[in-house]
Amino acid sequence: MIVHTPTTEAQACAVVRSVLSPAIPLTIRGGGTRTGLGRPSQAASTLSSAGLTGVTLYEPSEMVIAARAGTPLRTVVETLDSRGQMLPFEPMDHRPLFGSQGEPTIGAIAACNISGPRRINAGAARDSLIGVRLVNGRGEMVKSGGRVMKNVTGLDLVKLTAGSYGTLGFLTEVTFRVLPKPEQVASLCWSGLENEAALKLLSAALGSPFEPMAAAHLPAGIGADTSRTLLRLENFADSIAYRSAELTRLLADYGAPQRIDGEASATLWREVRDASFFAGSGEAIWRLSVAPSRGSSVAAAIARVLPEARWFYDWGGGLIWLAVPSQGDAGAATIRTALLRTGGHATLVRAPDPLRAAIDVFQPLATPLMRLTAGIKTSFDPAGVLEPGRMYAGI
Amino acid sequence: MSAIAFPVPDASILARREAIVAGLAALVPPRALITAEDERRPYETDALTAYRRLPLAVVLPSSTAEVAAVLRYCREQGVPVVPRGAGTSLAGGAIPQEDAVVVGVSKMNRILAIDYADRVARVEAGVTNLAVTGAVSADGFFYAPDPSSQLACSIGGNIGMNSGGAHCLKYGVTTNNVLGVTLVTLEGEIVEIGGAHLDAAGYDILGLINGSEGQLGIITEATVRILRSAEGARPVLFGFPTSEQAGAAVAAIIGAGIIPVAMEFMDKPAIEICEAFAKAGYPMDVEALLIIEVEGSDAEMDAQLARIVAIAREHGVKTVKESRSAMEAAAIWKGRKSAFGATGRIADYICMDGTIPTGQLPYVLRRMDEIVKGYGLRVANVFHAGDGNLHPLILYNCNDPVEAQKAEDAGMDILKLCVEVGGCLTGEHGVGIEKRDLMTFQFNPEDLAQQMRVRAVFDPAWLLNPAKVFPLEGRIAA
Repeated sequence: MIVHTPTTEAQACAVVRSVLSPAIPLTIRGGGTRTGLGRPSQAASTLSSAGLTGVTLYEPSEMVIAARAGTPLRTVVETLDSRGQMLPFEPMDHRPLFGSQGEPTIGAIAACNISGPRRINAGAARDSLIGVRLVNGRGEMVKSGGRVMKNVTGLDLVKLTAGSYGTLGFLTEVTFRVLPKPEQVASLCWSGLENEAALKLLSAALGSPFEPMAAAHLPAGIGADTSRTLLRLENFADSIAYRSAELTRLLADYGAPQRIDGEASATLWREVRDASFFAGSGEAIWRLSVAPSRGSSVAAAIARVLPEARWFYDWGGGLIWLAVPSQGDAGAATIRTALLRTGGHATLVRAPDPLRAAIDVFQPLATPLMRLTAGIKTSFDPAGVLEPGRMYAGI
Repeated sequence: MSAIAFPVPDASILARREAIVAGLAALVPPRALITAEDERRPYETDALTAYRRLPLAVVLPSSTAEVAAVLRYCREQGVPVVPRGAGTSLAGGAIPQEDAVVVGVSKMNRILAIDYADRVARVEAGVTNLAVTGAVSADGFFYAPDPSSQLACSIGGNIGMNSGGAHCLKYGVTTNNVLGVTLVTLEGEIVEIGGAHLDAAGYDILGLINGSEGQLGIITEATVRILRSAEGARPVLFGFPTSEQAGAAVAAIIGAGIIPVAMEFMDKPAIEICEAFAKAGYPMDVEALLIIEVEGSDAEMDAQLARIVAIAREHGVKTVKESRSAMEAAAIWKGRKSAFGATGRIADYICMDGTIPTGQLPYVLRRMDEIVKGYGLRVANVFHAGDGNLHPLILYNCNDPVEAQKAEDAGMDILKLCVEVGGCLTGEHGVGIEKRDLMTFQFNPEDLAQQMRVRAVFDPAWLLNPAKVFPLEGRIAA
């Protein structure tokens, strides 16, 4: 296998132009920690961002950072941390789930729209991504957005790029809006609640003026014998004290919460973020996005058919991480049938390659949306050289 | 003014007007079709009133199915379509052309569902921005994006232009607050995207549609996020001796880890105009005014304000004035939100909307003043200081064509300046016709070509709002 590692945008354009005729598909690689996402790669060659590294712009007072796509996420996080700032969307680390090695890159965060528990309140990676530079499938440099957070100039190709898994372009540089780190973080944990009650608690908290920044429910058996229902507050210390007390009072019907601070709180949320409760198991892992109030009924409907299913909730019940036996269709038909009634979508995140090649990894789209999707792919990549088939067969 | 060109109307369409109107009449009830000249007249422009074109006909459908039927028909007939929300675009996004049918969503103004458990509302596209908040405010919720025109502007128009507002520093703009839409394509297909869940499946077509200025289809319904209001909110006035000090204070507040829910800047001319109108108690002896709003409980607001006041004092603040009642708070915002209208009382004006990196603020303010003075005109500045979204109001007399041209030229120079310092042409108003011909300053040919290829996926014949966003020359159809 050929691995192209351009060190300039011009070289990256030349690589793409060199594979157009005859068309030689490219797989796009950052740090290689998430290669299991999507359908298995169809490509003979690899285009790597490893040669495009470095923070290119950081203005703390403007809350903006830009970096070349291959820059390790760790470098971006440390750069921000040195000035008391952070990425707003708490990107998931896929290494525990995939058992992969290497350093995640900032480009992959954009390309795969990788968010975490904070997404419920602060938006996804796509909401903080304000600028991209990419090489399209014609080998042309294209930019969209910029370095300012309010920008409605022209079509928003930034959002289109976020979560396109490299199928629309090879990102060379990305720009994110950032936020100050909170002075203090604390979690509240209620024990022993059943799923339905727990999700009602989360909904009441998220509908309160006390701004939980994260809201998750871990049923019994997920990381502990007793279920845990979690809210995370981030604020100035005096506000945390006040808001904890107010939430405790508001949610008194559910019992008294335990307060968790410091490293214990950080570790717990890292486990939620990375779904690391399912690390090392042989199960197929699904990620379901649903209306939060439907979270408990969707999971119950699936469990009636797949009794071995294990799951937990993030995003106030709207994100279900689901582990099922890696057999047959890995529950695809059952899961997607359950979603027909409630809306939302399911993505197969972890499964062996043959399984991910055989079933729809991403939720199949309605016919008009699929046609638009195919058209958009062609508009960026007419020869189909960028990660063909990574999201949908034939696109 | 005549600087901005319109496409030459298609004579064959004008000649077929009667047949086209008859065709439309077969698709919608009589009350939904406007054909008489005097009744079409209100639709000939939007809030960019210097430009106007009388449309071929106006259709005001009552349902998604009617929108679909009308679009399918217009596509078959090769007739351009100009989507319209409430017609409040400052960029000319809803200005028609003589050979086009205006399709307005103003009659589709029902709130379909409110779901507090999931914190979403499903609304028709013609619902006004403020009506969404109005429907949920008694229960303590609100819809976050708050453009100054929120009393009139529609959710469909907000999505079309990805509208912002004064409070997006904390809560984001429209694209961050819309979870789903019903989109009618030019083929008349009804496409459901997203819903009450986060992160719609597949490519982020929802993100693409926000801010697409009616060029990809017509939005008929939307699912929007509603948020629980803070326990309290308090705007505070900070008067500074110079704009530089005010700008430095804004940077220092953010640097201290504080994100107020809003930070609005007004310069002396704007202060005078707005105070004369709103009687909000703005300080008159300062060169720059910041309206900073904090949220939370009383104690939390006190604590946050103490931090902000300390920073402002380090930057030479001259006046600090807290609102002491809901009425005072309302007056403070009334002054700011009516800045455009209040300016209109003393002169004609054009309102620019560029965004700049906030670090460039002192330089850009000085240069803008030089540019406008160079044309012998005056400028009043109001803007969103936290995010660098400028709204210079260039004052002129619209009855003087020479002065009008100068005002437009000064505006264009200012937008070029915004791009030169690393910003963009438009932060929240959209490109419309107004900034269409400046797109080549911000984007190179490859950037624009990629946008146009994406556009062509939805509308290869360039029938949807065709005179907008992209320069008239060099268009790519597929």
